[in-house]
Amino acid sequence: MLILTCPNCGEAKDETELHAGGEAHLKRFGPGSSDADFEAYLFERENPKGVHFERWHCAPGCGKWFHAARCTMTNEVFGTYSAQTTEPPENIKDAITAKRPGWHWRQFS
Amino acid sequence: MSTRLNTGGRLIDRTQIQNFSFNGKQLSGFAGDNLASALLANDQMLMGRSFKYHRPRGVVTSDGSEPNALMNLGEEGRFEPNARATTTPLFEGLYAQSQNHFPSLEFDVGAVNAKLARFLPAGFYYKMFIHPRPFWKHIYEPIIRHSAGLGKAPKARDLDTYEHFYAFCDVAIVGGGIAGLQAALIAGAAGKDVILMEQDGHWGGRAPVDGDIIDGQPAEDWISATLKALEAMENVTLRTSMQGSGVYDHGYLLGYQRLADGAPGADGPRHRLWRIRTKQIVAATGAIERPLSFAGNDIPGVVLASAVRDYLVNFGVSLGDRTVVVTNNDTAYLTALAMKDAGLEVPLIVDARTGGAGALGEAAKAAGIRVETGKGISSVKGGKRVTSVEICAQAGEGAPLEEIACDVVAMSGGWSPVVHLWSHCGGKLIWNEAEAMFAPDPERGPIGADGAAFVTTAGAASGAMTTAAALADAHTKLGGPGQPTPAQDPLTNPIEPVWMMPQSASYKLRSKAWLDFQNDVKVSDVQLAAREGFESVEHAKRYTTLGMATDQGKLSNINGLAVLANQLGTDIPSVGTTTFRPPYTPISMAAIAGEARGEIFQPIRKTPMHDWHAQNGAHWEPVGHWRRAYTYLRGEETISEAVQREVKNTREALGLLDASTLGKIIVKGPDAGKFLDMMYTNMMSNLKVGRCRYGLMCSENGFLSDDGVVARIDEDTWLCHTTTGGADRIHGHMEEWLQTEWWDWKVYTANVTEQYAQVAVVGPNARKVLEKLGGMDVSAEALTFMGWADGTLGGFEVRAYRISFSGELSYEIAVPAAQGRAFWDALMEAGEEFGVMPYGTECLHIMRAEKGFIMIGDESDGTVIPQDLGLSWAISKKKEDFIGKRAQLRSHMTDPNRWKLVGLETVDGSVLPDGAYAVAEGANANGQRNTQGRVTSTYHSPTLDRGIAMGLVLHGPDRMGETLDFPRVDGTVVKARIVDPVFFDPEGEKQNV
Repeated sequence: MLILTCPNCGEAKDETELHAGGEAHLKRFGPGSSDADFEAYLFERENPKGVHFERWHCAPGCGKWFHAARCTMTNEVFGTYSAQTTEPPENIKDAITAKRPGWHWRQFS
Repeated sequence: MSTRLNTGGRLIDRTQIQNFSFNGKQLSGFAGDNLASALLANDQMLMGRSFKYHRPRGVVTSDGSEPNALMNLGEEGRFEPNARATTTPLFEGLYAQSQNHFPSLEFDVGAVNAKLARFLPAGFYYKMFIHPRPFWKHIYEPIIRHSAGLGKAPKARDLDTYEHFYAFCDVAIVGGGIAGLQAALIAGAAGKDVILMEQDGHWGGRAPVDGDIIDGQPAEDWISATLKALEAMENVTLRTSMQGSGVYDHGYLLGYQRLADGAPGADGPRHRLWRIRTKQIVAATGAIERPLSFAGNDIPGVVLASAVRDYLVNFGVSLGDRTVVVTNNDTAYLTALAMKDAGLEVPLIVDARTGGAGALGEAAKAAGIRVETGKGISSVKGGKRVTSVEICAQAGEGAPLEEIACDVVAMSGGWSPVVHLWSHCGGKLIWNEAEAMFAPDPERGPIGADGAAFVTTAGAASGAMTTAAALADAHTKLGGPGQPTPAQDPLTNPIEPVWMMPQSASYKLRSKAWLDFQNDVKVSDVQLAAREGFESVEHAKRYTTLGMATDQGKLSNINGLAVLANQLGTDIPSVGTTTFRPPYTPISMAAIAGEARGEIFQPIRKTPMHDWHAQNGAHWEPVGHWRRAYTYLRGEETISEAVQREVKNTREALGLLDASTLGKIIVKGPDAGKFLDMMYTNMMSNLKVGRCRYGLMCSENGFLSDDGVVARIDEDTWLCHTTTGGADRIHGHMEEWLQTEWWDWKVYTANVTEQYAQVAVVGPNARKVLEKLGGMDVSAEALTFMGWADGTLGGFEVRAYRISFSGELSYEIAVPAAQGRAFWDALMEAGEEFGVMPYGTECLHIMRAEKGFIMIGDESDGTVIPQDLGLSWAISKKKEDFIGKRAQLRSHMTDPNRWKLVGLETVDGSVLPDGAYAVAEGANANGQRNTQGRVTSTYHSPTLDRGIAMGLVLHGPDRMGETLDFPRVDGTVVKARIVDPVFFDPEGEKQNV
């Protein structure tokens, strides 16, 4: 029963007030993409033990999507941020580095 | 015999007699008793039978860890199985029956299993019942099912109410013993919001029973003074009969409060589930005494030493006249001294330690109690009650030295800290060699959102096993000011672990030495599991069922894994523990459900015309959270007759459908057209203002997800209709893409489903009734098929869509929701002369099937693409991209062998079974017939007076006229011909008038 702060409404929300939306920072592959790229986009997901980036939906609240950086092992939350970005913002990356030096996730570190 | 003494009993009120019934016997106890103490006061030591061997079993504990004394409590709507007698408060009229015996507790035929115990070791069922294979289903399983389970399942509806309660605090403290009280005092004085909960009905835990001295005064006095101080603090909430049941991520604690278990039928809820969010959880949950593993340790009368003294001090109940105490630590001496003080016989203390006890040993000797050190119990004699014990050297193999008559054996194998709450969210344990126990590792607690541990333990739960240490631990953990509260207790000499008694017990003795009383797991069973290769503690647990009973191994866990470690030739920390999972003890299912039952289980959505439907014979169908009329029953007609009548009337005269539940989503903005072109498979940006278009939506994986009619309202506004169940989902789908992929597009969406009431006016007389209401021009010329217009009808402001899901002349008229009922009434009144009848969802389904229109959820099921359904015409070839386009280009999606939609017409006119498969030649690898198609929708068509169906069939559209075989469940076969899915009016002559 996680508590995450929705960056849009600024409220700390109980997990029951949120919907999980899977992995964050996926890049969409549409028509013209290779079978391999499309398959990876649709099905291949990280399964890290440690730092992870995921999408959450403030469903019954403000209705906005946001991203959370979380440790899958301890449930420590490094921060939440707007979903309208293609990569984690610097302050989030810094917060993770402070707690988990040397972390990396997909192309981010 | 066990009996009530004339004096003593700090928790009972001897002036209030309470009568109760046990297995039909009328007995009585006192207010303050629990069921176990009241039964013992009536010499009822035998309280149940074990699960596997049906061995006679008596109470073994005085708390929630009790494995044996499980009862069927109450009757009818207040019946509850597997209630622990030790935690069931006594009340006037309590009705209890013991479990797991036939025909009676005293005489049980299942006890024959005990005679067969030699043939029923661990894993017996796995080994025995695997051959021959068919025997499992037809012979073994029915017999085993009959004998499985402990209590009976309740049959009547629960009469009581239950509720959830939300609370927030800085510190939640679980356990109202001295450590919990001390913790609350420190946190409360520091100004923190504190909730302190105690699972029992009284405060102070063991300290008053054990005679501790705290701060120079008897524990009882210190507890009263502390409570008084806490009650004076407004920031401290105190609750008894409330267990901290489970700890979950980020400081979430479940509290299980039993409000009316001692007063059935009282006002208010029976149980309350507290859902607490707290910054810090303090588990001051104490410790549980462990049994010793010696032969016959399950015979009624063998009881934990702490429980013997609890019953004596708390309830004034003596468990027997002659108590032999057997121990490996100092605490059990307290029991011997208490029994002796009460004037009862203690013929012997058997202390496995060669050194014996210190101060308490001296006290015992001074009281005239014989103490034998370095000794153990070879075996206990007795059947339904202990009669004697045989003493042996602990270091030997169990040769009896002496037999001592007694009727109680008070055993203590040491204490295990209650680490459950610490461990629920991943707090780690370390093995404490000196105290022979697992205790929390303070360095590795469960982590909260900020990366710091959010659970701490205090007192015995931390492994602080003396009174002074427990208070000091609470003081340190809570950061109390000054010095910890001083305390004294007489414990001096260390424990010596005893995992088997005697140390080298023979197989005969080991196979009578119980570890798990409820599930009948013995020392020999765990050793067998280890020999057979179940080396992991989790595997051994499941193979032997050790710790899998309702007590979840509270007594058996540590002893069991010590035996396993010994057998594997390793140490206890290498074996580790099984996983601790919430709840700590079973909590009622009803408390989990809380208020969510009956009418308020989930909210019902009602259209503005709902009441009219209810008053006019609606037979309801749940659709999402909506209730829609399946049909409207008139007089004595059946549901099927009503549906057939509605279809005929709509096709021949005039029908009204409440279509308000259809999803209505406004999509607006400069980029709305571009966005809808991505959402729908077909083109929406080029739709003209004033026109409607049927559209399909797919998932990114290519599968058909929803359909509906889209209307273009003005230059930058579209109104998208969705299926009834799809409105919220599709609105969410649109928002997800807008917010997370195309957030720079200027598009806004609004789900306006509930803002409008919508009525489908359908049938040859549809135009007539609208013209009679008058206002706007609804002629064929002014409002053409697939057009819409705003205007008035009968004085109502309306938007009229000329669309049809039935093949009839049809208008869907939207009015503001508040006017929905009035508009419906006006249509019913005006329509009377045209033969108006309302129709329900089944009529809607039949009419659409007659026209070959697909229904989301019937023809689609998450594996179907629009191309399968002959809907390629609704997939744009011009658009570069839409959601699902890339997916539909994959080889499997373009496979010509995908099953395709066709109509199916039974040869004999009957109705095909829903979901039936068309069989093909041959069989698959599992010996099942090959298939070549399946039915997706099937109805009796009143218009054609025959069964019609739609289905997906291999190469279906190329096989028109072929006949397929559809086996029914009863083995007979229906033959159906492949036909065009449009069964009725293929030219559309009826709708285009």
